Amino acid sequence: MAGLEKPSRWQDAPPLYGEQGVWHQYTCGIAGEKFFRGLMAGKLLAATCPECGRRYLPPQMYCAECFTRTGDWVEVKPPGVVQSFTVLHRDLDDAPLAEPQVVAFISFPGTCGGIFHLLGEVRREELCIGLLVEPVFAEERTGRWQDIRYFRPAHPPR
Amino acid sequence: MGYRNRVAIVGAGLTRFMRRAQETGKELCFEAARMALDAAGLRPRDVEAVVMATAPDVFDGVHMKGESLADGAGGFRKPYMRSFVGGGSGVFAVIHGWYHVASGHFDTVLVVAEEKMSSCLPHPQAAFNGIYDQFLERPLGVNLLWIFALEMNRYMQVHGIPLETIALVSVKNKKNGLDHPCAQEGIPGHYTVEEIVGSEVMVWPVTRLMVSPVTDAAAAVVMVSEQVAKRITDKPVWVKGVGWHLDSSYWTNRDLYYPKYVEYAARMAYDMAGITNPRREIDVVEAYDPFAYKELHHMEGLLLCDKGEAPRLLEKGITARDGELPVCPSGGLLGVGNPIAAAGLMKVAEIFWQLRGEAGARQVSRPVRTGLAQAWGDLMQVGTVVVLGV
Amino acid sequence: MNVSVHIRDYPGIPLKDRDIAEGRVLTTEWRVKARYAWDTGAALGRFFRGLKEGKIYGRWCPGCDRIVVPPRMFCEWCFRPTVRWVEVGDTGRVNTFSVSYVNWDASRSTVPRVPAVIELDGASPGMGIMHLLGEVGDTLEEILRRVKVGMPVRAVWKPPAERQGAITDILYFAPRPGGGE
Repeated sequence: MAGLEKPSRWQDAPPLYGEQGVWHQYTCGIAGEKFFRGLMAGKLLAATCPECGRRYLPPQMYCAECFTRTGDWVEVKPPGVVQSFTVLHRDLDDAPLAEPQVVAFISFPGTCGGIFHLLGEVRREELCIGLLVEPVFAEERTGRWQDIRYFRPAHPPR
Repeated sequence: MGYRNRVAIVGAGLTRFMRRAQETGKELCFEAARMALDAAGLRPRDVEAVVMATAPDVFDGVHMKGESLADGAGGFRKPYMRSFVGGGSGVFAVIHGWYHVASGHFDTVLVVAEEKMSSCLPHPQAAFNGIYDQFLERPLGVNLLWIFALEMNRYMQVHGIPLETIALVSVKNKKNGLDHPCAQEGIPGHYTVEEIVGSEVMVWPVTRLMVSPVTDAAAAVVMVSEQVAKRITDKPVWVKGVGWHLDSSYWTNRDLYYPKYVEYAARMAYDMAGITNPRREIDVVEAYDPFAYKELHHMEGLLLCDKGEAPRLLEKGITARDGELPVCPSGGLLGVGNPIAAAGLMKVAEIFWQLRGEAGARQVSRPVRTGLAQAWGDLMQVGTVVVLGV
Repeated sequence: MNVSVHIRDYPGIPLKDRDIAEGRVLTTEWRVKARYAWDTGAALGRFFRGLKEGKIYGRWCPGCDRIVVPPRMFCEWCFRPTVRWVEVGDTGRVNTFSVSYVNWDASRSTVPRVPAVIELDGASPGMGIMHLLGEVGDTLEEILRRVKVGMPVRAVWKPPAERQGAITDILYFAPRPGGGE
């Protein structure tokens, strides 16, 4: 293109480095507050849509399909079912992990949706889609995702 | 103009404006969207498409915020688009929704605007630093307020406007905001000029009571085609004109005393609406007022008075609720709150309610048939204008 | 339907800082680890090399006959390439100014700083850059007495050895006595 100076001297000025400088603090929201307090009590809670009857775990304040407020909160008992999983070998900063970590997407029968969490106490040979799992709660719970330390293989309900 | 349908707004919803809401962004959207649908007497399944306006992802701290908010805005499994022009987004969303219906593509569109700024720490103001040039401006230790203070001082100097006159905008709007049920706690109030001018100097000439607050909120309106409007309401509020205009980001190369981009956006909307004398033909105005002087600045850009004359209209009481040309009867951003994208849509909702005679204690004294909502954004860059009429 | 009617159904839940500090409401925090390495581009690259030499460069647009600062490789008005580097002066006039008592993060500062837009001599009329004013006083009253829109100013540079090729190679713009009104 005539007239545009060829950028032949990239070293005219070094790149400028900068950061965003802000961080974030998120409220859990109306539904989230209840859910995380449920975790503190060692329970998994789901919310039900009064129109279509779907039970959401994690719960939402509204049903996205019917666009109406959910109500009727219920406790959902384990086991959950592993829908998919992956094995991590590097962390978020691309540094190698001391031990591989297993992350799974777990859904609970009778509910819509599912949750991501770690799998633990599981042997490589046991890992499969369809594996039944149960939550291992932390001793001290503060209303965070880490109130569940990980999910481990569960025995089928008797 | 080549578009198919006349477009009407038939319902509006607004959440309470809060410094910090417990609701997530999705939940705020749900509240506003549900209120708008209930007001219009429509069901969620009547909505054919959803338009979302929400300002930078950095406020909520959610990447791809538009996508995240979609199901809270009724956009689950529906055609969904998000648009963003900074603070201009709230009015831009209505233009976006207008296109959806005017084109004949959809008959019923839900337009939602949301902002949850409180998540951003140490202060949402810090997130705004990203609008400044990283090489030429950020190294100087900038703050968002600088650019407003620079513009305000230029405006004051060119026209010889005293600070006390500009303070009258805060007095008017904070008083008007007392009648708004959604107003943010602690924001509206009865203030004197002395209190406004005497409040903490943030970046001279801007004092604390001349700045709108940080707010979490959401707003929504339902826009429909003529066919649908006639079926569901006796009082559709028609979109008569839309206009939008973006100036360059080289704001230091422009004379800030006059917002040309607001004028161009206004002209576009006036042409479409067939308005040749806006001072006579517009009955009520919601001009964007993130800072006190901005209301005056924008009034001039909207061609509602000559350059430098807006302060005189204010002083004479012409822009009060019982004046000849009421401006910001809602209380505006200074009197209700400033949830960036949702603020502009709040102004559109106000004109909607004013034109239907449903603004309650905020209703202006004169009969109103044509109203205007305007928003502004970015580096003194964007003007978005919507003219509504009954 | 007045908004008052519906807000009863959705009153919203406003929070105070202490609701979070005292754990009445649950929250979680996240800090994005994102750093940016910005390349200056051809125009600002040369501009900063000029600053290191104590010079301010603009570009000339033949279509609009404008000398633009900050320089850019294409004109945003006529959308054509700019064609020539032009050295503009390091003096100018104050187009507008303000007096800041806030830091980048909204925290309060007791020491005022004076951001300004300075129209540079030698560039086209109205071509300004933002910078800080210095040597204009320490208090609001003094600054407002000494700084006027239209006031002539000159750049005060860092010593050559300290310059990095950045906008801060200019420390600030100071009043220029005898510059005329």
